[in-house]
Amino acid sequence: MSGEEFVPLSLTPLLIGTFAAIACALPGNFLVLRKQALIGDAISHVVLPGIVVAFLLTGAISTWPMMLGAAGAAVVAVIMIEAIRRLGQIESGAAMGVVFTTMFAAGVLLLEQTDTSTVHLDVEHALYGNLESLIWLDAVGWASVWDIQALAGLPPELPRIALTLAGVCLFTWLFWRPLKISTFDEGFARTIGIRTGALGMALVIVAAIAAVAAFDAVGSIIVIAMFICPPAAARMMTNRLETQIAWSIVFAVISAVAGYVLAGYGPLWLGAVDAVSAAGMIATVSGLILACTAIWGPCRTRTGAPGST
Amino acid sequence: MLWDALTLQLGYNATLVAIGATLLGISAGVTGTFLFLRKRALVSDAISHATLPGVCLAFMVLVALGGDGRNLIGLLVGSALSAWVGLLCMNWLTRHTRLAEDAAIGAVLSVFFGFGIVLLTVIQTMGVGRQAGLEGFLLGSTAGMLWADAMIIAIGGAATLALVMIIRRPMTLVAFDAEYAAARGHVVHRIDLAMMGLVMAVTVVGLKIVGLILIVALLIIPPVAARFWTERSERVVLLAGLVGGLSGYLGAALSASTPNLPTGPIIVLVSFALFAISLLLAPVRGVLAAVLRHLSFQRRVHIRQGLLALAQGQNIYEPLTLRLLRSAGLVRADGVATEAGRARAAKALRDEKRWEIVRADQAHEATAALYDGLRDIETVLTRDQITEIDRQIGDPRGVTP
Repeated sequence: MSGEEFVPLSLTPLLIGTFAAIACALPGNFLVLRKQALIGDAISHVVLPGIVVAFLLTGAISTWPMMLGAAGAAVVAVIMIEAIRRLGQIESGAAMGVVFTTMFAAGVLLLEQTDTSTVHLDVEHALYGNLESLIWLDAVGWASVWDIQALAGLPPELPRIALTLAGVCLFTWLFWRPLKISTFDEGFARTIGIRTGALGMALVIVAAIAAVAAFDAVGSIIVIAMFICPPAAARMMTNRLETQIAWSIVFAVISAVAGYVLAGYGPLWLGAVDAVSAAGMIATVSGLILACTAIWGPCRTRTGAPGST
Repeated sequence: MLWDALTLQLGYNATLVAIGATLLGISAGVTGTFLFLRKRALVSDAISHATLPGVCLAFMVLVALGGDGRNLIGLLVGSALSAWVGLLCMNWLTRHTRLAEDAAIGAVLSVFFGFGIVLLTVIQTMGVGRQAGLEGFLLGSTAGMLWADAMIIAIGGAATLALVMIIRRPMTLVAFDAEYAAARGHVVHRIDLAMMGLVMAVTVVGLKIVGLILIVALLIIPPVAARFWTERSERVVLLAGLVGGLSGYLGAALSASTPNLPTGPIIVLVSFALFAISLLLAPVRGVLAAVLRHLSFQRRVHIRQGLLALAQGQNIYEPLTLRLLRSAGLVRADGVATEAGRARAAKALRDEKRWEIVRADQAHEATAALYDGLRDIETVLTRDQITEIDRQIGDPRGVTP
C-alpha cells in the first residue's frame, strides 16, 4: 500500500491504538501480579457517568471537562469501593461489583434522560470507541510526517495518548524498585520504609489516568483487554518481572497492529465489503495471544518452572 | 401514576415487565447469594459479558436460515452456549495455568465482549436491517416485551430456583469450607461449575430485561444487602431473593410510571438504594449500629474513669467525662460529687479492689481473664464469692468529705 493512502488513513489510528495498548499494559503488569486486575474493568465502567456528568455541566462535547469528569468518577469509585469494603466488611470483589454496576446504571440513566441526540454521545460509542475515525486528513504521504503544517492537523487524541504513555513510563521508571518490591512482598516493603498504601493508590490512579486517556481514543473494551491480556500472556512466558514487562509490551503492540489490520483488511480478504470494529478485533487478537501462551507458554503452570507440570 | 404501576394497573406491557422483573430479581438474588458467599461475585461479570458473541452468532445463524433473527429462544440458546464456553475457558485458566481468578475473569470478559463487538459490526454491515433489537441486549429493552418472552423468563427463573433449592446444601458447604466438602466426598470443582451454570442461566434469562451489563448488579447487590441483616446462610438466601424481587418490582413500576426511564438502570438503582439502607441501618453489622455501639462504649469508659477519679479525690478536667457525670446526676455543675455520685464512686473503687484480688488469685484465673476495666463484678461472680473477697478487703469505711 502506498504512503498516500496509508499515512492519512491508517497511520494515526495504528499509532493511537498501539500507544493506548502499551499505556494500559504497563500498569496492568503490576495490577495482574497484585491480583487487582479487575480495577481496570471497574474504572472503565464508571468512566461513563463521569463523562455524562461533565457533558451535562458544560453542555458541550469538549475534551478536557470530559477527561476531568471521567477521572473524577474513577476516583469517586475507588473511594466508594474502599468505603463499602471497610464499613460493611465486604470482600473487595463484591464491593467493586456493587459500585461499578450502580455507577454505570446511573450513567445510562443520565444519558437517557438528557437530550444527547444532537451530539455524538451514546453507550455504544463509549464501549467500542471510534478508532477508525481518527484519521489525519492533512497528510498526503510520508513527507507529511516532517511537515509542521500538516502535523498541526493531527487528531488531538494522538498527542494526548502519547503524553499519557510518556507519563506512565515515567511513573514506572521512577518507582520501579518500590513497585517491584511492594508487589512481591508487601511486608518487606513496609519494613524498609516504602509507603505501600500510598504507592498502591498511586498505581491505581496511574491506571485510571491511562484508562481514561485510552478510553477517550479507543473505547472501554480495549482498556479492559489491554490491562489484563498482554500482562497475563507475558506471565506465562517468564518468571522475571523485567522480561514479563518486555513481553507484555510486545504482545500489546502485536495485538494493536494485528487487530487493526485484521479489522480493516481482513473482511476485504474474505470478500466482504466493510471493515469490522477495530477495538473489538484488537481485544480478540489479545485473547488469541493469551490462549496460545496459556497452551504453549514455557512458564504457564502454577509452579512456574519450565518443564515442570 | 406510581400507585397504578405498583398495583399493575398500567396496561398489559407494564404488567408483563413488572412480573418478569420481579421473578428475575428473585432468582438472581437467590442464585447470586452462593456466588457471593463463595467470594466469587465478579465471576458473574465475566459470564454476562461472554453472552454477547453467542447472541450475535445466533442472530446470524437465524438470519442465514431465513428466520427473523430476533427469535428470543434462539438468541437465548446462543447466549447460553457462548457463556458456557466462556465459563469453561475461565475455569480452565484458573485451574491449569498460574493466572489468578481475577485475571482469568478479566481476560474472558474483555476478549469475549470484544469478539462480540466484532460480530455486531459484521451484523450491521450484513444489511439485514433488523439488528435494532440486538443492541437492546447490552442494556436491556422492555418496550416490546411479549407474552411469550415473559413466559420464557418466568419458566427459566422458576427452573433456576428449583435447581438452586435442590443443590443448595452442597453449594453452601463448598462456599463455607471447600476442603471439608472435598473430604466429605463432594467434587468441589463440579459443584462450583454447577453454581456458575445456574448464574449463567439467570444471566441469560435476564438479558431481555436488564441487559448483559446490568444483570451483574442483580446478581451481586441483593446478596450483599441481605448479608447485613443476618448471619445464617438460609436467611441470607431468602432475604436476597426478597431484595432482588423488590428491586425488580419497584424498578419496573417506577420506570413504567414515568416516560423516558429505562427499566434496567432503574432496577439497579433501586437495588442499590436497598443496599445503602442495609449498609446504614442494619442491626449489628450496619454503620449506624456500629456508631451507636462505639458511643455507648465511650460513655461507659468515661463514666467509669470519672467515678474512679472522684473516689480518689482527684479533680476531673476532661470535658466529656464531666458532661456525662453531670447529666447522670453524679456531680454538681462545679465538679463536686453529689450524694449519689459519692456512693457510685465508692462502689467503683471497691469493685476495682475486688477485681485486683480476683486477678491476683490463681483460683479465679478464668474469671480474671474477663477483666476489661468495665465489666461489673456481679455479672461474673456469685454473691457468696464476692462476700468472700470482701472479707479479705475488710469493711467499707465512710468517705471523709
